Amino acid sequence: MAATSSRLRVRRDGDVTQVEFIDRNILDEANIQQIGEEISRLVDATPTPKLLVSFANVDHLSSAALGTLITINNKVKDRNGQLRLANIDPQIYEVFKITKLDRIFQIHETSEKAMASFQ
Amino acid sequence: MNDGGPGAGTGGAGGARGPMSSVKQTGAEFETILIRGYRPEIDRAQERVLSALERLGYPDASRFAVRLAMEEAITNAFHHGHKGLGPEDPIRLDFCAAPERVELIVEDQGPGFDPGAVPDPTKDENLEVPTGRGLLLMRAYMSEVEFNERGNRVRMVYRRPDLARGEGPAAAAAAEKTGDNSGC
Repeated sequence: MAATSSRLRVRRDGDVTQVEFIDRNILDEANIQQIGEEISRLVDATPTPKLLVSFANVDHLSSAALGTLITINNKVKDRNGQLRLANIDPQIYEVFKITKLDRIFQIHETSEKAMASFQ
Repeated sequence: MNDGGPGAGTGGAGGARGPMSSVKQTGAEFETILIRGYRPEIDRAQERVLSALERLGYPDASRFAVRLAMEEAITNAFHHGHKGLGPEDPIRLDFCAAPERVELIVEDQGPGFDPGAVPDPTKDENLEVPTGRGLLLMRAYMSEVEFNERGNRVRMVYRRPDLARGEGPAAAAAAEKTGDNSGC
């Protein structure tokens, strides 16, 4: 079953919630806040969330977007859930490396690989 | 023929706060833009810089770098610098784009801050803190980042890596085209 919210495409695959961004640029603070709220609601909807966030459409993001991802990661961890990131463009992956956030996020090349990593 | 008068370079369109824009004889483009705290104004200003870079043939990676640093500097200016001010109070962006070098100056009207007091966000204990990465990204992607003493103005320089001075024939050609100094 597919549901569409204004900033995200959301899909359920078994017990995993897959999220894809609609925006190519995740820069606008109001949009980032909305994205954070929407994903938080998805995290809250299951007792132990399994969440896959795909960056397939994303060309640009800012440190504010990274902040929202960290907040989501903290929230997922608090609930003993699992968060995976996938399909990150090499330029954006570089941003994760510079900020050393590749150390706290589990990043996979493709959605398939990310899906296979859930326990 | 082009003496750098207003509107000569990038069309000079824009809203009520029409920018001063110009093309120097060296091929450099420069402009001053006042930006109020509304996303469409921020986007328009960034678009002016990025389209200048595109006209000058900067590769995608360079535009990515400049865009990210510019976004972070502008966000910092509004978020921290203009805390307590309204969205109508503008920040100022000065940019000069030459074939091998881009200079950006972002100035806010706030009291300034001490960039040395910003904690290192890459330390283990800070990795899960959601804020405080803007400055790190500006420094990582730009060749030079410096603040004025008050801490309300940041000057950033990006040097195009494939045309850096003294590196190969492209650099020589660029230097010849633009003069020893880039015009910025």
